[in-house]
Amino acid sequence: MIPSTFDYVRVNSVDAAVAALRAGGEDAKVITGGQSLLPLLRMRLAAPSILVDCSDIDEMQGVTDNGDSVTIGAATTHWAVMHNDLVKAHVPLLAKATATVADPQIRHRGTFGGALAHGDSAGDLPSVVLALDASMVIAGPDGRRTVSAKDFFVDYFTTAVGADEVLVSITIPKLGAGWGTHYEKFNRTAQGWAIVGVAAAVKVEGGKIVDARIGLTNCAPVPVRASSVEAALTGTSASAAEIDAACASAAAGTHATTDLGADKEYREHLMRVLTSRAVAVAAGV
Amino acid sequence: MTAVADNPAAVGRPIRRKEDTRLLTGRTQWTDNIEIPGMFHMAILRSPMGHAKIKSLDVSGALKYPGVHHAYGAEELGALNGSIPCVWAVTDDMVAPDFPVLAKGEVRHVGDCVAVVLADSAYEAADALEGIVVEYEPLPAVINMEDALKPGSPLVHSDKGTNKCYTYVMQPQGDGAYAASAAQADVVVKRRFINQRLIPSFMEPRAALASPMGISDELTLWTSTQIPHVLRVLLTLVTGIPENKLRVIAPDVGGGFGGKLQCYREEVLVTALANKLGRPVKWTETRSEDMVATHHGRDQIQDIEIAATKDGKLLGLKVELIANMGAYLQIITPGIPLLGMFMYPGIYKIDSYDFTCHGVFTNTTPTDAYRGAGRPESTYAIERIMDELADELGMDPMELRKKNWIKHEQFPFTTVAGLTYDSGNYEAATDKAMGLFGYEALRKEQEERRKSGNPVQLGIGISTFTEMCGLAPSRTLGALKYVAGGWEHCTIRVLPTGKVELVTGTSPHGQGHETAWSQIASDIIGVPVEDIEVIHGDTRTSPYGMDTYGSRSLAVGGQAIMRASEKLVERARVIAAHQLEVSASDLEYSGGVFRVKGDPSKEQSIQGVAFEAFTAHNLPDDVEPTLQAESTVDPQDFSYPHGTHLCAIEVDTQTGKSKIRSYVCVDDIGVQINPMIVEGQVHGGLAQGIAQAMYEGAVYDSDGQLLTASFVDYLIPSAADLPSFTTDSTITPSTSNPLGVKGVGEAGAIASTPAVINAIVDALRPLGVNDVPMPASPMAVWRTIQAAGGAK
Ligand SMILES: Cc1cc2nc3c(=O)[nH]c(=O)nc-3n(C[C@H](O)[C@H](O)[C@H](O)COP(=O)(O)OP(=O)(O)OC[C@H]3O[C@@H](n4cnc5c(N)ncnc54)[C@H](O)[C@@H]3O)c2cc1C
Repeated sequence: MIPSTFDYVRVNSVDAAVAALRAGGEDAKVITGGQSLLPLLRMRLAAPSILVDCSDIDEMQGVTDNGDSVTIGAATTHWAVMHNDLVKAHVPLLAKATATVADPQIRHRGTFGGALAHGDSAGDLPSVVLALDASMVIAGPDGRRTVSAKDFFVDYFTTAVGADEVLVSITIPKLGAGWGTHYEKFNRTAQGWAIVGVAAAVKVEGGKIVDARIGLTNCAPVPVRASSVEAALTGTSASAAEIDAACASAAAGTHATTDLGADKEYREHLMRVLTSRAVAVAAGV
Repeated sequence: MTAVADNPAAVGRPIRRKEDTRLLTGRTQWTDNIEIPGMFHMAILRSPMGHAKIKSLDVSGALKYPGVHHAYGAEELGALNGSIPCVWAVTDDMVAPDFPVLAKGEVRHVGDCVAVVLADSAYEAADALEGIVVEYEPLPAVINMEDALKPGSPLVHSDKGTNKCYTYVMQPQGDGAYAASAAQADVVVKRRFINQRLIPSFMEPRAALASPMGISDELTLWTSTQIPHVLRVLLTLVTGIPENKLRVIAPDVGGGFGGKLQCYREEVLVTALANKLGRPVKWTETRSEDMVATHHGRDQIQDIEIAATKDGKLLGLKVELIANMGAYLQIITPGIPLLGMFMYPGIYKIDSYDFTCHGVFTNTTPTDAYRGAGRPESTYAIERIMDELADELGMDPMELRKKNWIKHEQFPFTTVAGLTYDSGNYEAATDKAMGLFGYEALRKEQEERRKSGNPVQLGIGISTFTEMCGLAPSRTLGALKYVAGGWEHCTIRVLPTGKVELVTGTSPHGQGHETAWSQIASDIIGVPVEDIEVIHGDTRTSPYGMDTYGSRSLAVGGQAIMRASEKLVERARVIAAHQLEVSASDLEYSGGVFRVKGDPSKEQSIQGVAFEAFTAHNLPDDVEPTLQAESTVDPQDFSYPHGTHLCAIEVDTQTGKSKIRSYVCVDDIGVQINPMIVEGQVHGGLAQGIAQAMYEGAVYDSDGQLLTASFVDYLIPSAADLPSFTTDSTITPSTSNPLGVKGVGEAGAIASTPAVINAIVDALRPLGVNDVPMPASPMAVWRTIQAAGGAK
């Protein structure tokens, strides 16, 4: 568990980070919390020539209120995100999901942006930003661009962030009144990765579900929206039986894999059971 | 002078562990912390293949890397490439393949050692491994034990012509006795249980540092081991370094669980290379190496059948095992299933017993002792099948146990396996556990959940276990063809200023011996616990010992401490009598002070005696100076801890996920020296036993790749995953040793696994389930329910 040799530079602006990545060439890598990258280095699954540490860039820290949305700096730690008042008030789903990420030590180091840029299909936060229609600001040699969550996740460990780019911030629309949320994580040990995770937000009016957004974790190479469940839920009454029926199609559009924790059939079964449970909690049933 | 109040007895008090301050604050020496000037760091190139021919190996590329001084494959190592010993040839015709330190021409499991590099730093050594060129020609691997026994199977050791290591048979009542029992029986229940492979996963990875710069001409090896004494002997045999020129030190060691009861290739390598090169050589394993190169545990296929009358009286027990040796035999690999052999009958009275074990080689990491070593496997099988028999008979599983267990008034009792259990009280432990558990209320809740079709079902699991500790009378070990004795040694001396050094041959690695041993000596010698320094784990300062494993340290080593302490007091008595000018029989001794009977004003403290013995100005003619005593004790017999463990578990039938609701255990480990240490040992053991039931399991693919090669896939539960345990005890002193102690190091790990699985099966029985595989992961449980045609 000893990494190969690498250089290291700590920068304090996004521009400096982009310049350093550029100078470092193909093999340069951003590091923020290091919680996903260091294990890869230590197992020699990655051998970057230089690490550009972006954890100290002011612009990439903290949470700001934009009125109808909040913006979270990419280098904000999980701990800071889940304890932030704006997040708790306006994006409670993110606070809840973040609380299930790893353990306290890792949450104090790992960052929101790192978790997204890493693009791990088993990570809990990608499905949350997808369900909430977040957008990401990415800075590169040609300036900044904004990418929506649905275009951000490309494949296993591959996102829209290019080799010479930095994820700067994430903007998440506020849900407003009437919405309930829940993150249902299924794992085998307390700090284990999700076998399946369900991020659910539902709006209930007069006993009926009028809107639903559901993101699935670890059900495909990228996080996916359970669109057919969202459609089926809309207009149904917020009752256990109707929710259960609407969630029968939770596995549609997913690409479940087989691993030690779950084979395809079991994983698809979990998607149905857990989506139903997540929606029920979110709807207050 | 006023009379000195007697110290309250130290034995039996939950004194905080003396060693914890330095262990918990890190103010101690772990092997990896030790730095010696001029030290080389060793890195090892390991096989990435399950089975392959090494067509060519070129280590020269590594020498071009910065900081690298030496690189060796088997050829370069030449005569230093010794063979790792196995000290337990269980049968005369056991197949024992050569086990070279560096693979010669063929690799036989992922992690097999191929080459080593020595560099100025661990980093440079790791980098340089990339410069070694190996050409492998893949050979067919065999992973599945039953496949390995089939004719035509690929051979792990082609020169041996077979994958079978041995077949061991024990039929204490003779061939045919079991068949006769079965013929008489109304019911015969047969099951196949898979006791899966586990990885010990101690907290401190292995590390070894050998230095030729000792305090004299010796070579010193610091190593994270449980067995410094045994290891010295073995290293002498393997490396040819004379035993008197080799010093082995186990500094503080961060856990072992049997995984450090070994003579490892890496220990041989650093020792042989430091000796050859005249430079210190250090190696510290990474966790990734640990997963493939530290020996594994368990891994048995257990075919068990039990015969009984229709009212539940046990008649016969038959066990046939296939035990996975892995690719090579390590120190006691073949003997592990045989330690279990004696314990399949558990606490029950049975008429006949028939045991067979087939040891088999596969292309996997070698197996060897892991917490319980053979006894968790046997306990699992017997306690599982008792539940299955109860179900078959329509009896409550506890009633079936009560009907068949040895009653307290029947001890000592010779079991069908031929062991004589000295003492026990299964009734008392069970009554206490049932009271704490609330058995009846839980059964009622279970009934309600079943009736209402609740998706979360409740199950109750029982395990009334016993095990054998205190390995072992040396004669017994000899009869079992084990190449060592089972004695233990202690030396005690009182220094001139009255402080005490207690030298033990046991080798603690987390158990708290320094505290417990001080408590025993404190009561006998009459000095405070704090005044006693326990010296251990160094063949120079504690030259005699058989080390620590198999819950033997207290049951065997404790006796040596007791006897040495008593001898010391007797020596002191002679000196005190001389000083006080009375005869020795006129003295009474308590609280560290000799007093003349009938004249309490005349007294002499043990510290005073020690000073007199040191100056030797006025000693009786036949008394030698200094105050010290020693004792080496061979145990008379094993001791047999037992207990009743009860587990209530909730199983979500929709997802297959299980959650322990409550866990109660009442263990009888005899006299307790320090109840706090006892509780700690039980907690840790429960965690490991529950882990086998629900979380851990090493999985290989058919090519021999270890799929559970990191803690992401090899799941170890943390405190957050475990319930709050209710632990209690009964105390039935052992009669096989004068302290009345048994052993507690393995109890929890042995007892808990079947309690948990019995609970899960109990929860699911109405769905048609009568077994679940281990680990009972959510997927495994869900699949079991599906296969039984049960829940939605
Ligand atoms: C034991 C353990 C358990 C874990 N369990 C979970 C879990 O249950 N759920 C879960 O979701 N996560 C889990 N994680 C991962 C955790 O969430 C990490 O913190 C997170 O995935 C990565 O964040 P980081 O800041 O540490 O990123 P780093 O490790 O620093 O970087 C990760 C990757 O993202 C890139 N990167 C980082 N920041 C940026 C940026 N601003 N712009 C561009 N690229 C960037 C890096 O180049 C690298 O490729 C676990 C981690 C560990 C070690």
